[in-house]
Parts: sequence; structure tokens; C-alpha cells
Amino acid sequence: MAPIHPEIDLCHLLEQMQLIRAYEEAIVTGSAAGKFPGTCTSVGQEAAAVGVVNALSGDDLILTNHRSAGHLLARGADPGRLLAEVMGRSSGYCKGRSGSLHISVKELGVVLTSTIVGAELSLAPGVALAQNMLERAGIVVCFFGDGAACEGSFHESLNLAALWNLPILYVCENNQWQAFVHRREAMSRDHVADWAASYGIPARTVDGNDVTAVLAAAQAAAGKVRESRRPYLLETYTYRTRGHFEPDDQAYIDQAERQSWLNRDPIALCRDRLVADGCLSPGKQTEIADRVAQRIATAMAFAESSPFPAADELTRDVYA
Amino acid sequence: MPAMTLYDAVGAALTEEMRRDRSVLVFGEGIATKRHDLVDEFGALRVRNTPLAEGIIAGTAVGAAGSGLRPVIDLLFAPFLCYAMDELVNSAGKLRYMSGGQFSFPLVTLAMTGAGWGVGAQHNHNVEAWFVHSPGLKVVMPSNPADAKGLLKAAIRDDNPVLFFIDIGLLHQPGEVGNDELVLPLGKASIVREGRDVTLVSYGKTVHHCQQAAEMLGSRGIAAEVIDLRSLKPLDEASILASVRKTGRLVVVHEANRLCGVGAEIAALVAEEAFAALKAPIVRLGGPDAPVAASYPLEQAFVPQPEAISAAAERLCHRQAA
Repeated sequence: MAPIHPEIDLCHLLEQMQLIRAYEEAIVTGSAAGKFPGTCTSVGQEAAAVGVVNALSGDDLILTNHRSAGHLLARGADPGRLLAEVMGRSSGYCKGRSGSLHISVKELGVVLTSTIVGAELSLAPGVALAQNMLERAGIVVCFFGDGAACEGSFHESLNLAALWNLPILYVCENNQWQAFVHRREAMSRDHVADWAASYGIPARTVDGNDVTAVLAAAQAAAGKVRESRRPYLLETYTYRTRGHFEPDDQAYIDQAERQSWLNRDPIALCRDRLVADGCLSPGKQTEIADRVAQRIATAMAFAESSPFPAADELTRDVYA
Repeated sequence: MPAMTLYDAVGAALTEEMRRDRSVLVFGEGIATKRHDLVDEFGALRVRNTPLAEGIIAGTAVGAAGSGLRPVIDLLFAPFLCYAMDELVNSAGKLRYMSGGQFSFPLVTLAMTGAGWGVGAQHNHNVEAWFVHSPGLKVVMPSNPADAKGLLKAAIRDDNPVLFFIDIGLLHQPGEVGNDELVLPLGKASIVREGRDVTLVSYGKTVHHCQQAAEMLGSRGIAAEVIDLRSLKPLDEASILASVRKTGRLVVVHEANRLCGVGAEIAALVAEEAFAALKAPIVRLGGPDAPVAASYPLEQAFVPQPEAISAAAERLCHRQAA
């Protein structure tokens, strides 16, 4: 099967990952300084987001969750409008009503974001049903974690998607953490992909810290959903290197395990490979780093200068 | 006008709306089995049975509604809505607001409740106030087949999520339903009987109990006005207030638990907005703070009966006279 985006430049993926990292670190810093509310970051999971999102077409729809920065930025969201949303400003994508946890950007096809763990799984079949019944070509990509996979909605969703032949690419970012609890304490299996087989849904687990592996697996998976109009489950096996919610002292984690994952940092892995392949000169590295820093600085300035919502926004948009 | 049960009126509304708008589809627990005429006319893609899993039924409806379809879902019995609370309350009710108005959720959830079948508290629990209390949702509960048809048509056309409660006790009661495609606006109460002495406000089957109470009161020289709310959110505050300003007395009646029920909100509304018009304290009649029993006498005792409504209204009128 031909890749959907054969033209993808690995340097571009590296830059996206660096942008996501810088964006989330800016929120962490701002939050520690009291400028932002806390947030749920996806630090350490950038390859899992970037690899999948870059395998999609423009008309595909994405459902995400509270750990959404990677999905949104890889899809092309403006970091300024994202930061404005996080800061509760009216220029945010959701007029400041969402904050960091439930950002939807309909114009980018990132729809119906919910922070309730497992809600994206219960909403995805309906979105896919509409794609089918309204004869839209795009598939539906549903991002969730291993925590959500332990919710009933995961099992109900897969059952219905298989039963109704819904074009959903389920992407489980198995990041080893379910809020403050390690996956081993809460999940009867190591791999969410194991569960898909019982619903007759093909599945695959991929190294979620290797952006090229994720990209290739996601291109194949998305292609399969597109051709079959049936669900597929891709598990990106990765690790959340920061806490559940900022601030979080992570006193509860196994430092040796964390270190083993830090040694496989997705950005460093990608950069080292590009350097080894002779595709990333020191000059180009500096160029990327400068561009990312500039984008974050511009975004921060935009967000900080944006007004808060007016008082009459309090009850607007409750009803259609 | 032809007579039709409330069950058939719901079917007629579904048929008319599905003919009118191709984006309307229905799915739920056995709906394609029970309403095979809909399957015959609209096909298996638009009329679907589902697993008995209320969470995914409701979630699928929310996802579909947010993506351009107009789903109507049948979750059978109102207590089963507990399995669908996240989808209805956190998603359908909130995601429009939380997304800054990017999405709307035109979906209707059908659920039965109320005394009549002796099915017990896990099938009979009037939970409508829960949804009135949740922002972003509308709540409808008709008292007769004609209203059921007109209100369901309006609910399907509404761009907001609507909880549509069907009183089990009324389901197979026939009533006259016009052949016209009447659409009843949500939020408009019906004055089913006019009177100058006391206002009886209710919805669902207790509207009929209020009408019977009004007959009894009439024979004792008391003219009761009976208001059928039809929709609990939006609530027709103007009709309630206008009536109380005329009569000066209010009895609010519902089958749902009295504690924090819709009656409490109506009593507060009248106390805040029409206190000067009141000639007597407001009375609320509702179910006790107890689950409903399956046993017939206990199930009936849960529901405010015409005699109790009449007695309460009469006490209010005598109080003023004394």
C-alpha cells in the first residue's frame, strides 16, 4: 500500500514535536508562575500524536481528550489561539470556555473534545455514522489512553463500531498512566490491542516513541479503515513523562522506569536518526529551534494581549 | 378527529418527521423490532436496533447530532438514563457551550416512566427534574396523544438535545389526534381548564388527576384553573404567573419525588414573582422521598390522586374565606 503522504519530511515531524514540547513546557512554566491554570500535558508522547496526525487526510475527523496539545498542534492549530484558550481569553478557539482540557477546533476537523475519560469513545461511533450516512469520505480518528480503555465506553464503542461497520481508527496512546495510577494496577492486560481481537477488530501495537514507526503504522491503519470502512485499533506504546496534572510532584512514580523512557525520548530519537542519516545539519537544528521559540513567543504575546470574555458571554451558546 | 394512543402518536410524529427530513434517524433498544412500519418505510439504516447499552446509544446519538444528523433514541425506561448521564449531561448539554458554540446537538431521547405497569423503581422513576437542572438540555413530558405528537415533532426540529419523557400510564390511552401536521412549540403550556379560584399546575398523567380534582371542586363551587406544562424546560413561566395572579392560589402536582422536584422550582418562581398576588401558601403535591414499589396499591399511593388534589385546593380556598 502506498503511503498517504509520501512527501512527508521527517524534519517537519521533528519540528512539530519540538513545537508541542515547547508549547507544553511554556504552559508548565506559566502555570508554575501563576499565569495559567494547571493542565494535563503529553510530554514524552509527541511522536505518538505527530505520527498519527500526519498520516491523516484533511477531511478526516479527530476526537481527542484532555491530553490534546499534540493532536491539535500537529493538525495545524495556531499555538496563539490555543494559549489564549488555556488562559481563558476570548480569542481562544472556544472563546475561553474550554480552557486547556476540552479544546475543539471544528475548522481543523478536531471535533467534540471531552475531558471525561472514555467519552471520546462513546461519541466516535455517532460521528462515524454521520460520515457514512451523509456520504462523507473522511474517516474518524479517536484518540484515547489506556485509562479510557478500562472504561465501559471502550468496549461498548468497539462492539458497536464492529457491528455497524463504522470507519473509525481507534488510537490508544498507552502511556502507562491512568491519572495517578500505573497501568499495571488498573488493567488486566499490558496491551489494549489485545482487546480489539475479541470484537473482530484488527489491531497493532507500535513503538509510540518512534515517529517514523508510528507514521508508517498509522498510514497503513488509516488506509485499511478507508478501504474497508471498518474499524481498526492502533496502540501507540509510550510513556507520560510528566505528572497527570500540573503541578504534580510525581512522588508516586518509579524513577527507574521513567528514566528508561526518558532515554528513549521521541524528539531525541528522531533528531539522532536524522543526524546519523546526514539529514539534519547543526545549522538546520538551530534554525528549527529558533523558529519554534519564535512561534511560542509570538503565541504567548498574542494570548497575553487578548481580552477576557465580556460578562455577557456567561450564558451565550448554552442553547442553539 | 381519529383516536390514537400516545404510543401511536409517537410513531406518527416519527413517521412525519422522517419523511420531512432525511437527516432524522431513530435507534434504540428494540425500536426496529417494535416499530417495524418505520423500518419498512425508511429502511434499516435509518431505523436501528442497538445493544442494551444506554451509554453507547446516547453517546452515538450525541456524536451523530454534533455531526449533522438528527437522531431520536429510545432508551426504554427513564431509570436506564443513569447509564447515559455522561453522554447526555456532560456531552450533549455542555459541549456546545464549552466549544464556544461550534457544535449543536439536535437529538431527542425517549424514555418511559411513571406508575401503571407495576414495574418497580428501576423501571419507574420520574427523573425529569435531573435534566431540568442540567444546562443545555430541554425537557418535555406530554399528557395526551395529540400533545405527544406535536411536541415530539417540535423536539425533533429543535437544534438542542431534548429529553422526551413518556408516561407509562398514558401510553395506551387513546386520545383524539388531528390529521394535520401540528407542531407544538416547546415552552408553551396549555390551559386545559379555566378557573378563577385556584391554579392547579401539573404535567404528565397528573394533569388528568388535576382535571378530575377540578370537576370535584366545581361541584363544591370552586373554579379551578388547570395548567398542563407540557414542557418543563423551557418552562412557560408567563402562563403560570398570569394564572396565579388571577386566582391567588397555587397547587403544584407531579408524580416525581416532591423533594427538589419541578414543583419546588415553580413554587419558588411564584413566591419570587407573584408573592403579592398569593392569598394562601403554595402547596406542592408529589411522590414521597422513596423509591416506587411494584405492588399496585403502593405504586398508586405514590401518585397524587384527584381526591388529595381536590382536598388541598379546597383547604386553600377555605383558608382565604376564613
